[in-house]
Amino acid sequence: MENPTPSVRLRGVGKSFGGVSVLRSVDLDIMPGEIHGLVGENGAGKSTLGKIIGGYYSISDGTLEAFGRPADPWTPKDALDKGIAIMHQELQLVPELTVAENVFLGIEDQKLGVLSGTEKDRLTPIVEATGFEVDPSAKIVDLSIADRQKIEVMRALARNARVIVMDEPTSSLSADETQRLHETMKKLRASGGTVVYVSHFLDNILEVCDAVTILRDGDLVRTAPCAGENKDSLVSAMLGGGRSKIAFPDKSRLKERQSALEVRSLSSTNGTREASFHVNRGEIVGLIGLVGGGRTEILRAVIGADKSTGGEVLVQGKPYGDRSIAESNRRGIVMVPEDRRKQGLIMTLAVRSNMTLPHLSSFATPFGRILAATEKSRSREAIEHFQVKPPDVDGDILNYSGGNQQKVLLAKWLMRDPEIVFLDEPSRGVDVGARQRIHEAIAELAGRGTAVLLVSSELEEVLGLSHRAYLVANGKVFDELVPEGKTEGEVLRALFQLQQRFPEASAH
Amino acid sequence: MNTWDKFKVARFFQTYSVLVMIAALVLAMSLLSDSFLTYRNILNILNQNAPLAIMASAMTLVIIGGGFDLSVGATFAVAGVCAAWVALEIDPYLGLLIAPLVGLALGTINGLVITSLNVHSFLATIATSLVFKGVAIVVSDGRLIPVRLDDFTWLGRGKVGGVFIAVLVMVAFALILSFVLKRTTLGRKIFSVGGNEEAAVLSGIRTDRVKIATFAIAGLAAGLAAAISVSRISMGQASAGTGMELQAIAAVILGGTSIYGGVGAVWRSVAGVLLLALINNGFNILNADPFFRDLTTGLVILGAIGISVAGRPR
Repeated sequence: MENPTPSVRLRGVGKSFGGVSVLRSVDLDIMPGEIHGLVGENGAGKSTLGKIIGGYYSISDGTLEAFGRPADPWTPKDALDKGIAIMHQELQLVPELTVAENVFLGIEDQKLGVLSGTEKDRLTPIVEATGFEVDPSAKIVDLSIADRQKIEVMRALARNARVIVMDEPTSSLSADETQRLHETMKKLRASGGTVVYVSHFLDNILEVCDAVTILRDGDLVRTAPCAGENKDSLVSAMLGGGRSKIAFPDKSRLKERQSALEVRSLSSTNGTREASFHVNRGEIVGLIGLVGGGRTEILRAVIGADKSTGGEVLVQGKPYGDRSIAESNRRGIVMVPEDRRKQGLIMTLAVRSNMTLPHLSSFATPFGRILAATEKSRSREAIEHFQVKPPDVDGDILNYSGGNQQKVLLAKWLMRDPEIVFLDEPSRGVDVGARQRIHEAIAELAGRGTAVLLVSSELEEVLGLSHRAYLVANGKVFDELVPEGKTEGEVLRALFQLQQRFPEASAH
Repeated sequence: MNTWDKFKVARFFQTYSVLVMIAALVLAMSLLSDSFLTYRNILNILNQNAPLAIMASAMTLVIIGGGFDLSVGATFAVAGVCAAWVALEIDPYLGLLIAPLVGLALGTINGLVITSLNVHSFLATIATSLVFKGVAIVVSDGRLIPVRLDDFTWLGRGKVGGVFIAVLVMVAFALILSFVLKRTTLGRKIFSVGGNEEAAVLSGIRTDRVKIATFAIAGLAAGLAAAISVSRISMGQASAGTGMELQAIAAVILGGTSIYGGVGAVWRSVAGVLLLALINNGFNILNADPFFRDLTTGLVILGAIGISVAGRPR
């Protein structure tokens, strides 16, 4: 067999934004028919690289070739015409249109602008090729995120894409949905397709990729066959010599068993069903479940974001009825929501204003005048404590990296030393360094006696941090387990068993 | 240029383009006409536009909070006829006082309708503006209400130390709202509700109350503007205020306040009113075809909307 032409070839590629260099002299060949992983910390340049291949960013230096031809000019449309499609972190589908309509959006059969309505027929070969079971007339708005990603893949295939760049496709998927996406990638590969897989999840990369490229601070560390890599080797290459293992902070020892929060058969309008559990002071308790299993909903029902329909909540042994976020906040019960851009931060406000928003009254006179000096000094302390970079109280949050935005979000909720903290995906989409700092902060919090309820899709994180954990599925709380000595595999198996007992738990 | 820089440039233009435009216009006009840059002319422009500036200042809070109030023109009408009626029938001072209170009440009703029905303020205030216009006709019985009393007309016509009282009221009102927006918890909450309502809710902010407050302030401002206006022309009429809501919104947008909420400042809306007024005044002084006045104003507003959209955060 002769040496095949690379699907994408980069030589000496550099990229800078406004004078700041984010990618330097990258040489990379993406071969046809391979799944090629791109890994690195946040800000290492892996997303940038993906976007360059997809035509979303132009290159500042070097050359880019697609299928043996110079890619110049190179816009998303040029890339798509040549057969390179990009799947964004934020999916770009029209919610109110059907699956078939979305797949062929913009390339519908038409005569003089009148649609021929052939989308469903045209979808059949794509469905057969991918093996995706999706109702072509279902509306996107009714689909789970995993299903939406399949639609994105089909959309790329409908445009005859031979290379698909996937940017963090699994960040909101549960373990089994991730498995299904991996199957999809393998099917694409089997039919001669190429996938560029950008991800934070090293296990996923190792599982499915043929080759992996590691980036660090805009430099390419190495491209190597995946078979010769393992998690430690990837992490140490990403970090550059420093830590070689993801280490969790030590779990604090629990002395007294003093109940901080007790939830008794709580049901709610958002699908929580007779959930019962408790958290002691100084304890980190994990809720383990698949995405869509109702973990977030349980938190929301307890804190008063959604209406409860039954059951009761006891805080420090006393009933807490008629819950609202404002009242919970006043009692020192806070929730750090999972989606920092949509639910957590206000992108139009400065760092300081974001941090103090829930506690404004304590930074103001009784008549509501904000005491700017106090506000600034308290914000500065929080910024130092969480090592937010840049350390500017009036910084423009929009321009911060994901990890630093997440630190600001944590600082916002922790700056007033709450009694009970709910953390929903506290380290989603952040780099290894920021994750380390966030884990330390969580452990410190519990060490000071705060009760912590932790939800995370990364089993390793829940097991590594929690003193105790509960399995959650279908809005219900099931077995309690002690993470000590448990492997991710055992816990996953237990979850899948639950799921079999309650099949509807996996829907959406 | 990358998105980061584009965003910064867009934000800079959002912030200062209104001042640049005013400066350019003043320069051009003073070269073209001797009667433009006179103390008298400038003071007159400010005086004439004091009611609009008051309404635009309050509209800024509504728009930063993510809303739109299309009913302030109608509120202006109701408050105006109430002021005239009370001044004639009961007491002129009470008449001037009742107008802002009526406005406050109507604005609060707007806020309650919007938050209890959970509809977009755009829709709700179109409906309430029709209701308010009807109320204005009922109160005035469809007639003009002349109020030729010195105890009533001082607010719109009087001067203190050579400056119109109306201008002083306008400046004071804009300063107060500016303070509320920048230095108080309410102001911070308005920014947060307009910037990301869901995050504000999850931060424990009672967003409904914040929205009601912005509409109540907009109503109060419309009432205050009506008091000045009716006092000045010594006449209450139900058709007054028509179209003022759109002028106020235009001024706010000219000032670079984001139409998506979350970003803006009161002083810039006042500058927006001034810019609209200067264009108007310029055409009058130069005796130019009024057709070009509307055309120019429209193009300037379009430009401001373009700048506003360019700086939209993702």
